[in-house]
Amino acid sequence: MSVAVSQIDEVKTGPWAGGKSPFNVEYGKMMMWFFLLSDAFTFSSLLISYGSLRFSMPHWPAADKVFQSVPGLLESGAPLVFVGLMTFILIMSSVTMVLAVEAGHRNSKKEVVTWMILTIIGGFMFLGCQALEWTHLHSEGFWWSSIPTNPEKLGEFFNKLANGGLVPEANQVTSAHAFANLFFTITGFHGFHVFTGVIINIIITVNVLMGTYEKRGSYLMIEKVGLYWHFVDLVWVFVFTFFYLV
Amino acid sequence: MSSEVTAVHAHDEEHESMTKGRIWKVFFILLGITCVEFIIALWLVPKGIIAGNIANPIYIILTLFKAFYIVAYFMHLKFEKMGLIMAIIVPILFIIGLILVLTNESHYWIVLRHILN
Repeated sequence: MSVAVSQIDEVKTGPWAGGKSPFNVEYGKMMMWFFLLSDAFTFSSLLISYGSLRFSMPHWPAADKVFQSVPGLLESGAPLVFVGLMTFILIMSSVTMVLAVEAGHRNSKKEVVTWMILTIIGGFMFLGCQALEWTHLHSEGFWWSSIPTNPEKLGEFFNKLANGGLVPEANQVTSAHAFANLFFTITGFHGFHVFTGVIINIIITVNVLMGTYEKRGSYLMIEKVGLYWHFVDLVWVFVFTFFYLV
Repeated sequence: MSSEVTAVHAHDEEHESMTKGRIWKVFFILLGITCVEFIIALWLVPKGIIAGNIANPIYIILTLFKAFYIVAYFMHLKFEKMGLIMAIIVPILFIIGLILVLTNESHYWIVLRHILN
C-alpha cells in the first residue's frame, strides 16, 4: 500500500537538488581543487604586480642579458639554455606524476612507487638548478633590494641605456630594483611550492610503500598530490614566460 | 569511505581515456610548444624576422595553450563534471579581467610620468 508523499518530502535525485554529488569527485580532491584555485589567486596577484610594475617602467632589464649563464659551464653567451633545462625537468616530472596516477588506477603498487620516486628526483633536480641560478644572480649583485653597485656593470643588463649614455639613469636603477625584488619573491614563492610538493610526494610515497592505499583500496591520494604537483608545473610555465621570454 | 570507493569506480570508467600513450602525446605537445618558444626567442627575434612586440603576444598565446594541456589532461579537468570545470575556470576569467585593467592602468603611469617630467 502506497503512502501519499507530499511534494516537499519526495526524495530528490537531481545533482543540484541534493540527490547526488553535483561534482562527482571525492571530498579531498574537490578541496584540493579549491585550494589550488586560491593558490592561483596568490600567484596571480604576484604576477599581476610584476606585470603592472614592468609596464609602468620605460626600461626593464633584458632577460637574455640577465639570464645568460649555465652555472658551472658557461659564464655568459647562453641565454635561456639553463632555464630551458629547468623547464624540461619540471615538465618531465609532471609526466612521471601522471604515470604514477595512471599506475594507481591499475592498483599497481610497484609502478606507483617507481614513478613517484622519479617525480621526487625531478623535484630535487629542479630545486638544485634553482639554487644554482639564485647563487649566480646573487654573485652578480642581485638580491632582495640589492642590485649591482657598479653602474657600468648594471648597464650591461639593459638592452640599451637611456639617452645613449654609458651608465643607467635613475629610472633604470629603479626598474632594476623592482626586477630583483620581483624575481626573487616570485621564483622564491614558486620554489617554496616545489619544495613542499617534494615533501608531500615523499610522505605519500612512504605511505604507498607501507601499503596504506592498498588497504584503502584506492590510490586516490596519488591523484590529489598529483594535482598539486601539476599546479606547480603550471605556475612555472607562466613564470618562465613572463620572466625569461617576454 | 564507501563514498570514496564508489567515486573512484565511477571515475575509473570515465578516465580510461587517459592512457600511457595519451600522456606521452601531451608531453610531446608541451615539449614542442616550448621548443617553438625557444626558436622564437633565440633565432627569430635576434635576427629581426619577428619584432619583439609581436613575439610577446605569441609567447602568451603559446603559454595559454600549454596551460590548457596541463590543466585539461594532466590535471584531468577536461574529464570532470561541467559544474567543477565551471567552478575552476570562471574565477580564472575574472583574473584575466584584472590583468587587463591593471596593465592598462600601469600604461597610464608611464604617460603620467611623461607629463610630470
